[in-house]
Amino acid sequence: MNTTQIQTGSFEPTSIYLPSLAEIVRTEQLTKMEKLFEIRLKNGRDLGHQPGQFVEVSLFGIGEAPISISSSPTQKGSFELAVRAVGNVTKALHTLSSGASLGIRGPFGKGFPVEELKGKDILFVAGGIGLVPLRSLINYVLDNRPAYGRVLVLFGAKTPAEQLFLEELSRWRASKEMEYLETVDRSDGQWQGNVGVITTLFRKMAIDPKKTVAVIVGPPIMYRFAILEAQAKGIPDDQLIVSLERRMKCGVGKCGHCQINNLYVCQEGPVFNYAKIKDVKEAI
Amino acid sequence: MTFRTITMKNFPPFIDNLIKAMEVVGVREKVEGKYEFAPLESSAQLCLDYDVTLLSPKKYFLPPRETLMKFKIGKAVSCQAVLESKDLAVVGVHPYDLKGIAQLDRIFADVNQDEHYRRRRESTVIIGVDIKRASPYAFCKSMNSATTQQGFDLFLTDIGDGYVVAVGTPKGQGLLDQHGLSREATKEEMAKRAEIQEKIPYRFSLNTVTTPYHELPRLLADHAESKLFDELAEKCFSCGSCNLVCPTCYCFDVQDDVALNLSEGERFRLWDGCLLEGFAKVATGENFREDRAERIRHRIFRKGKYIYEKYGEHGCVGCGRCASACLPDIANPVEIFNRLKEGKG
Repeated sequence: MNTTQIQTGSFEPTSIYLPSLAEIVRTEQLTKMEKLFEIRLKNGRDLGHQPGQFVEVSLFGIGEAPISISSSPTQKGSFELAVRAVGNVTKALHTLSSGASLGIRGPFGKGFPVEELKGKDILFVAGGIGLVPLRSLINYVLDNRPAYGRVLVLFGAKTPAEQLFLEELSRWRASKEMEYLETVDRSDGQWQGNVGVITTLFRKMAIDPKKTVAVIVGPPIMYRFAILEAQAKGIPDDQLIVSLERRMKCGVGKCGHCQINNLYVCQEGPVFNYAKIKDVKEAI
Repeated sequence: MTFRTITMKNFPPFIDNLIKAMEVVGVREKVEGKYEFAPLESSAQLCLDYDVTLLSPKKYFLPPRETLMKFKIGKAVSCQAVLESKDLAVVGVHPYDLKGIAQLDRIFADVNQDEHYRRRRESTVIIGVDIKRASPYAFCKSMNSATTQQGFDLFLTDIGDGYVVAVGTPKGQGLLDQHGLSREATKEEMAKRAEIQEKIPYRFSLNTVTTPYHELPRLLADHAESKLFDELAEKCFSCGSCNLVCPTCYCFDVQDDVALNLSEGERFRLWDGCLLEGFAKVATGENFREDRAERIRHRIFRKGKYIYEKYGEHGCVGCGRCASACLPDIANPVEIFNRLKEGKG
């Protein structure tokens, strides 16, 4: 006796690998390589994410890719992904414009500890597209401003042309609610600001290490140096928060690709307390 | 648990009746001395006197290629999950493979239940059998998998003129009642069974891990930086054969396939392996486990530390398939564990 059952998403239980359908409502080219997608789920629901979580974006016929959510959950009705075109899925995604359909699974993983951060000074350290997931938390904190202490944002990009979210950056520069420092690795000749890697910004600010939590997100190479700088400022290891990139293929702790030793980054991360992973081989 | 006895004369008709009633797979000799789980058309094809099969019965619950969903693309995009299951009996599963299946059950049903796996598993009935011949690579005594009292619907022990059948589940009981002629096992038969089972672990005495079962995680933790992994890496082809034949490896890749009409397609999963070079590589080109030595260490730590720390049992069940499948002969967990213990490497 053989039975093959095809089941749609409306029945329970169904496949954890089946995406919800969603629609692109707006796109915006951020840089040459990065594009922003505002997305709405077709079932009308909010995504219901925490800052720092990610989704699996499905383009049927091409595949899925894990993408961190860039908008704050305080934004209702839709959410935003800022995507660099590097792989099959992300390159294909860049060809889509508003009205196009795609699949979304998630949100997955552990986000930033927004409750634990309450009352603390927060030092955001964003390298390149590390700003994409951090923007979700920064905007969340700004939308709940009285609950948090000082807000310091350090942002480093390779060149001025690679700066993301220009409108927000100019708001942050002028804002009295936060302190914003920026740098570029290489000037384009026009750049008036700081030139140098992101660690040079640490020397330009003073913090109270006891009440400061540093939230660091950037390319793999940046962590070692940014963590050293934060430690040099006196911030204890358990007040350092990082978000790690791995190949989070399934998002549900099964497929194995994102493991760091025994940790499934898609389940126990991507956000980690540095104290928890500093002795884990392969992590940083 | 209840125990029945089915005579050698009545056993083949039991299997043949099963074959009439449902799809039955069992151990068959593929080529001389090599065995596999394959469909049975007759009880005569079943071979219960075997050492080890090429692949474990994992392939029936987590197929090498499995469709997860079908989708339509173009103007109206849609997707539907494909959840397949069929009534299936698997006959002749050794205790180490039962242990492997029990582990996969836990992993796929733990959090984020995998409905694809669950359905296939739930519609399967498993008939286990005690080991009569030891594979030269197997080390079941060390991994507590030489015999078992759980993880089956029915379990056979050859006592000479018949099988004592341990009935593990009501499903197994039903199957036996409906298709086989059995009677309650006598005290003498039960004593014979106990005597046979007691001796099975000693078939593996020549191939043992020198570190006790529960101390393996500590041994590995102490040798995370061992040069042995670099030495093995010199010979490793990164072919993933050790992953492929492992009854507890469950990592998978997911891919999409578009039909020639370009308007529909399917998403499927494929077995993947952590020894393959691109396993941890992301789209930017960053490879988070680029060194072969790191990949070998990852596999060994999965089998002797990580899984244990999560579930209380080792990922390795001692079947020895990886050791026999490895072309440069570097995958044998017994040798790796023992060399680390001796401090060689």
